[in-house]
Amino acid sequence: MNHILDIKQGCVDMSHGGGGRAMAGLIEELFMKYLDNPWLRQQNDQAAFEVPAGRMVMATDGHVVSPLFFPGGDIGSLSVHGSINDVAMAGARPLYLSAGFILEEGLPLADLERIVCSMAKASQEAGVPVVTGDTKVVERGKGDGVYITTTGVGLVPEGVQISGDQATPGDAILINGTLGDHGVAIMSRRENLSFATSIESDSASLHTLVATMVEACPQIHCLRDPTRGGVAATLNELARQSGVGMEIQEQRLPLREEVAGACELLGLDPLYVANEGKLIAIVPEEAAAALLEVMRDHPLGQDAAIIGRVVEDKRCFVRMRTVAGGTRMVDWLNGEQLPRIC
Amino acid sequence: MKYIAEYRDGAKVRAMAKAIAAEVQPDRIYHLMEFCGGHTHSLHRYGLSQLLPPNIRMIHGPGCPVCVLPMGCIDAAIRLAASTGVILCTYADMLRVPGSGGQSLMKARAQGSDVRMLYSPMDALRIAQENPGRELVFFAIGFETTTPPTAMALKDAQRVGLKNFSVFCNHVLTPPAMRGILAQPGVMVDGFVGPGHVSAVIGEQAYAFAPREYAKPVVISGFEPVDLMASIRMLIRQINQGRAEVENEYTRVVSPQGNLRAQALMAEVFELRPRFDWRGLGSIPESALRLSDGFAEWDAERRFGIQVETVPDHKACECADILRGLKQPADCKAFATACSPENPLGACMVSSEGACAAYYAYGRHLEICEP
Repeated sequence: MNHILDIKQGCVDMSHGGGGRAMAGLIEELFMKYLDNPWLRQQNDQAAFEVPAGRMVMATDGHVVSPLFFPGGDIGSLSVHGSINDVAMAGARPLYLSAGFILEEGLPLADLERIVCSMAKASQEAGVPVVTGDTKVVERGKGDGVYITTTGVGLVPEGVQISGDQATPGDAILINGTLGDHGVAIMSRRENLSFATSIESDSASLHTLVATMVEACPQIHCLRDPTRGGVAATLNELARQSGVGMEIQEQRLPLREEVAGACELLGLDPLYVANEGKLIAIVPEEAAAALLEVMRDHPLGQDAAIIGRVVEDKRCFVRMRTVAGGTRMVDWLNGEQLPRIC
Repeated sequence: MKYIAEYRDGAKVRAMAKAIAAEVQPDRIYHLMEFCGGHTHSLHRYGLSQLLPPNIRMIHGPGCPVCVLPMGCIDAAIRLAASTGVILCTYADMLRVPGSGGQSLMKARAQGSDVRMLYSPMDALRIAQENPGRELVFFAIGFETTTPPTAMALKDAQRVGLKNFSVFCNHVLTPPAMRGILAQPGVMVDGFVGPGHVSAVIGEQAYAFAPREYAKPVVISGFEPVDLMASIRMLIRQINQGRAEVENEYTRVVSPQGNLRAQALMAEVFELRPRFDWRGLGSIPESALRLSDGFAEWDAERRFGIQVETVPDHKACECADILRGLKQPADCKAFATACSPENPLGACMVSSEGACAAYYAYGRHLEICEP
């Protein structure tokens, strides 16, 4: 077969989204080749699958990360992990993914190949196939290389009822590991901030961790992944949704020394820095210790910790006991977290 | 971080709080001003004010460069950014600060102006070199900490003869502002927690006027909880003993003379403005810098004929009294109602280091549900 794509030298051009031979080549020689599975092989505009009995969940997640490649991952793996995690936060087992690509004219095909390979690897490792997809090309200057939107569907095990409005005073608040690794890894590679660092993104699929957690503790009240806005945003969301307050302990927050150092340098608060492989679990107090053990036995939960508790508070404030012994608010992020100047 | 951890040790902080409580005279109130926004941030960030005895009142000073910049300067920067061919670069803190009419550089960017955030003025030089057909203006703000980097960039621009680069200089000076506060009638300050990073540049002796002319002690402080508690204790001791001196808690960073090279560089590149309008504090003589004649070629004010108009603060705003220590943020009717970080009316709310913003973000819970 003659190859249509020149992956080594070529770039995305408008014809790759035009519906002609170039687009067919892109689909066949890149997307089909790496993401291959029985649903894609049917080559329909949709994927057909049997619907299991029970409650299903569906989640969608757009990815616009810059740079496209960063320590510990890239936009491809991130887009797979993102939707898998959103589905998993309902306690569900993710089943299928879809992927929509917006490609910018001029994107090197070699970069696109690297991204699709990484998606395929993430999808295979997670056991969740990408069963349908779409590609569009926009003119140069109208995109940022590539945007990927993924959607996931999953099945909730019987008896599991996890939702952000169920946090109850007395509940314990747990996290599965260190704060802020993803955000700091990204910032370290932004072109105008090229200080060297060994920090890698924590980007990971959390569904296997969630499965073991749900099995050990079916009465988990809330699960949420603290992505944009970090742990602070997630706790505030859950507090408001549930109509409760939260109290956390600064000295219990798991934090890598390098991340703490980078945040110090940049004037950032790790509580507000994004994560892509972390979850916050809110569970009845009496179940917390056992759940913590289960989490620590999982590779993605080795640094898990109980970081605080849910309290009664009509104002829905999140407060923190600081390392120095005082208390402070952990407020919603105001605008975008930007480095301070002095 | 190992170096920092010892300055965040909760047990040490609590022991110092105890010592301070034992040393304060119960029948008097101590009004201490931390001048620097970084200290304001740390006090709230670690909840340190709650650990102090109630008769120590911390007054949050004007040491947040974004907060004290008059709205007229922001308006001028927004107009400049809208000019054809201009790329306006500035520090991230500046982007959200509203000028008059609620316009900000971030909104201007959304409307099509080319406004870029940077971490160092050297990045501005690079962007100018990469865009030879455009005019790069660096909107320079900050106290003595950010002034030497601006001077370095200007020296470099001069050295390579960079034509499409200029600086809209709004650098301000700490000692004249402290003097401006002390000179105001009715001001209630018994002593200053002196700036850390600023002092690393200008040195201890820059504050000698405060004890000499106003009999007010100054203790230069680091930014960690242990630093701040130690500095407060040093101030209390001076006040109790009737002393007024400049002392230095932050000796690991600040020397008596400061950074002489940085000082020489600043003296070469900049000169004093006769007056500068501080948001919240009003007009203070010789409290800000402009480019010296030797660098006139890179002065955006001269190149673009920038006019800064005086814009009065919102009527409900109590910033002027808060910055002088006469009122607390919660005393202002607009606080957390009409004025919030999302929609700031006054100087103290515009940046995370402003007194009201820090209080809003970290201390709002105290009056409502103290544990």
